[in-house]
Amino acid sequence: MRKFWCGFFIFWPIAAIIYSAVSPQFNWWFPGPSVTELGQRIDNLFYLILIIVTAVFIGTQVALGYCLWRASHNKEERAWFTHGSHNLEVIWSVVPSVILLFLALYQMDVWALYRVQSFFPKEAREAPVAEVTARQFEWRIRYPGLDEHGVPKKLHLKPQPDDLYTVNDLHVPIGRPVMINLRSDDVQHSFFLPHLRIKQDAIPGQIIPIWFKPERPGNFDLACAELCGWGHYKMRAQLIVEREVEFQAYLQKLRADQNYDGHATPSAVAKKDE
Amino acid sequence: MSASGVALEHGHDHEHAHGAPGHHELSFIKKYVFSTDHKMIGMQFLFTTLLMMMVGGTLALGVRWQVAFPWTSMPLFGPLFAESGGQISPEFYTMLFTMHATVMIFLVIIPVLAGAFGNFLIPLMIGADDMAFPVLNMLSYWFMIPAIGCFALSFYFGGAAAGWTAYPLLADLRAAAPSSGSAQTFWLMGVTFVGVSSMMGSVNYMTTIINMRAPGMTLFRMPLTIWAMLITAILQAFALPVLTAAGFMQLFDRLDFGGPLEGIHTVFFIPSGLVVNNADPTVGGGQPLLWQHLFWFYSHPAVYIMLLPAMGMVSDMLACMCRKPVFGYKPMVFSMSAIAGLGFIVWGHHMFISGMNPALGMTFMLSTIMIALPSAVKVFNWIGTIWGGRLQFNTVTLNCAAFISMFIVGGLSGIFMAAVPVDIYFHDTYMIVAHFHYIVFGTTLFGVFGAIQFWYPKMFGRKMDETLGKWHFLLSFVGFNGAFFPMHMLGIAGFPRRYADPYIHPYLEHLMPLNQFITVSAIIMGFGQFFLLYNFGTSWFRGEKVGRNPWGANGLEWFAPSPPGHGNFDIPPVCYRGPYEYSNPNHPDEDHWMQTDPPKGKKKPEGDAGAHS
Repeated sequence: MRKFWCGFFIFWPIAAIIYSAVSPQFNWWFPGPSVTELGQRIDNLFYLILIIVTAVFIGTQVALGYCLWRASHNKEERAWFTHGSHNLEVIWSVVPSVILLFLALYQMDVWALYRVQSFFPKEAREAPVAEVTARQFEWRIRYPGLDEHGVPKKLHLKPQPDDLYTVNDLHVPIGRPVMINLRSDDVQHSFFLPHLRIKQDAIPGQIIPIWFKPERPGNFDLACAELCGWGHYKMRAQLIVEREVEFQAYLQKLRADQNYDGHATPSAVAKKDE
Repeated sequence: MSASGVALEHGHDHEHAHGAPGHHELSFIKKYVFSTDHKMIGMQFLFTTLLMMMVGGTLALGVRWQVAFPWTSMPLFGPLFAESGGQISPEFYTMLFTMHATVMIFLVIIPVLAGAFGNFLIPLMIGADDMAFPVLNMLSYWFMIPAIGCFALSFYFGGAAAGWTAYPLLADLRAAAPSSGSAQTFWLMGVTFVGVSSMMGSVNYMTTIINMRAPGMTLFRMPLTIWAMLITAILQAFALPVLTAAGFMQLFDRLDFGGPLEGIHTVFFIPSGLVVNNADPTVGGGQPLLWQHLFWFYSHPAVYIMLLPAMGMVSDMLACMCRKPVFGYKPMVFSMSAIAGLGFIVWGHHMFISGMNPALGMTFMLSTIMIALPSAVKVFNWIGTIWGGRLQFNTVTLNCAAFISMFIVGGLSGIFMAAVPVDIYFHDTYMIVAHFHYIVFGTTLFGVFGAIQFWYPKMFGRKMDETLGKWHFLLSFVGFNGAFFPMHMLGIAGFPRRYADPYIHPYLEHLMPLNQFITVSAIIMGFGQFFLLYNFGTSWFRGEKVGRNPWGANGLEWFAPSPPGHGNFDIPPVCYRGPYEYSNPNHPDEDHWMQTDPPKGKKKPEGDAGAHS
């Protein structure tokens, strides 16, 4: 029986490692490579921690299994009488603390870039592209109005009469840093873009800026990650990353649709697009 | 058995210690219901928590059913909510996971450790006849009952559905959630009652451990269980008032009596101008983040309240099963103190993406990552304890080994969440669900399963069945890992928590089969618990009868009769050495050396034993 149990405590970590190793093949892994460079750096930090953690996992589980084996097959009449070893305690306190301290300090700059406003790219910080307001259970998006040349104006904190509105479809241009002001109308929500490795809670009464620089066009999922009521799961929306011209055209179309009075043919721009 | 021990076995026919304070026949009510005996109170806590564990587990299976087979009618439990055809609605789902967490945390894990084992073991292990404040102790159990009542009322009114963290404004505004009326209010009152109960226990444990130790029981001769209980009690005493205060603040925000009285309508957590569900805009000036700070200032230390006692108990059980002293007794004590101290300055890691000042994210990351250090030291010391021991694989050993093995996984997966940039992605995904279940279930509950098996002979004078115990362990372990290990992968795939139907999001569609596997494992684990209940119940009548010290352990509790009578000890114990003198070469007669065995040359207390019998 003791052989069975020793094998049991050795077998399960092996099964866990094998399972983790094959997971990417079954798509039980990241939803594709990150769309932003910063997200790529987050992934790299993840893999760094994963390597360290896997090494420690194997080391400690093997040590545990081996000790169980040795102790259960002990032929000595008595167990080894020892109250511990000062040297060992020092070694296994100092070595992990160095590794842990390194890990902590190594994370700082990515966090600063992601979240500390003075580290944001200047162009993004000065011209937020849109304001996203979460509410039960949708995302309301407000773009600034366009001037006479069709260029987006500055986004004001307070809504302006010529602002452009849409729901659940967040269009952003590719290749340049964009900043979004995040707010909430009612309860707490969380703005989660899994493909961009971005998550930020929306707090009622607060405006929180987020920036990212998408490098790949496409439609990406936008979900809510903070419990916001019974419909939490259905705050499904999408982020559409498109070329600058397409983005500008989208804003034009949005303006034309918004100004449509029911008589004229809907937006000339939209026609051109078709 | 030492000579004195043998004399005790025969000299005394268990039962009451003659001359113990307050010894007289008690009425049924005083003995079994409103008992002031710490052992009876401990067992009341144990029965209650085992019952609640089944309730909380059932709620969890409801959650799992919906995630794996969304919108299909639930088998077995479906008829309980037949009006929806056994189908779990999103409101009901939100309530299920809220109440699962509430029941498991406030009515199972915290009371089973501090309430059941703290009560039962503290006086026995330090050689006291009872707690310092027996009536307070009784009240600490009986304040659990209104708490359970409040949670039941919360169920009746639709169930609290704002998560166990009760974040405003979802929990704060009545219009925000369908059942956010009385249900949430009763939930808050339930949490307050649990808090009062814990606080009474905490004051009692500290006083008892500091003041009522047997002669010779110095602080560094205390078993690690007692150290853990002392540190836990201190944590509770300092952290709980914050939660209680925050709970009252939310209660005052919410209370609405209707009629001319209106309500209190404070706005601690409510900013102005919010329009929730087309209700009138809020009038405020409050700050929702304040709740998160206050809540986690308690609830992070609470994680250690849910862990440290199990750590202490496992250290004691492991030393006994390996017939070997705990490796590094003092480092174990210091690392527990370090965990408790650091535990107070890491609460912000629950709020990395909450929108608080990003500089705080950096400091909290540093303290959080550093708390892995004392945890690592403890793991190394446990493995060191097994090294060179003479180990026997019984149910206790298996659960202890599982405890260490699972704690390694839970500790290591925590590092991903402690690193702020990585946490941006993993926050509120299944990664965190996997992590904390590895800590509170994998670690604490396996420790508790071991402890039930280990101290059962002291509680009832009989041993639990080994075969059933091993089957229970096997089913729990396999089911547990099958259920929670794959959740790490769900987390990496970005699977968010608390989704009633995640599969409407295209990037999650392919994860349904994995979730079905998890649910099947969870069901296996759930049914495995019936082995524990059956074993626990039948061993009471049919278990092998044992004497005072069936495991050959050293602690003072094994010096008392099994089960100990009113007043615990028939002979007042005197402590002569530390608790882990197993296989000491200076004591060649036997491989354990009880704390109460007088050193050679000292007068043995046989005369006393004679006088008592």
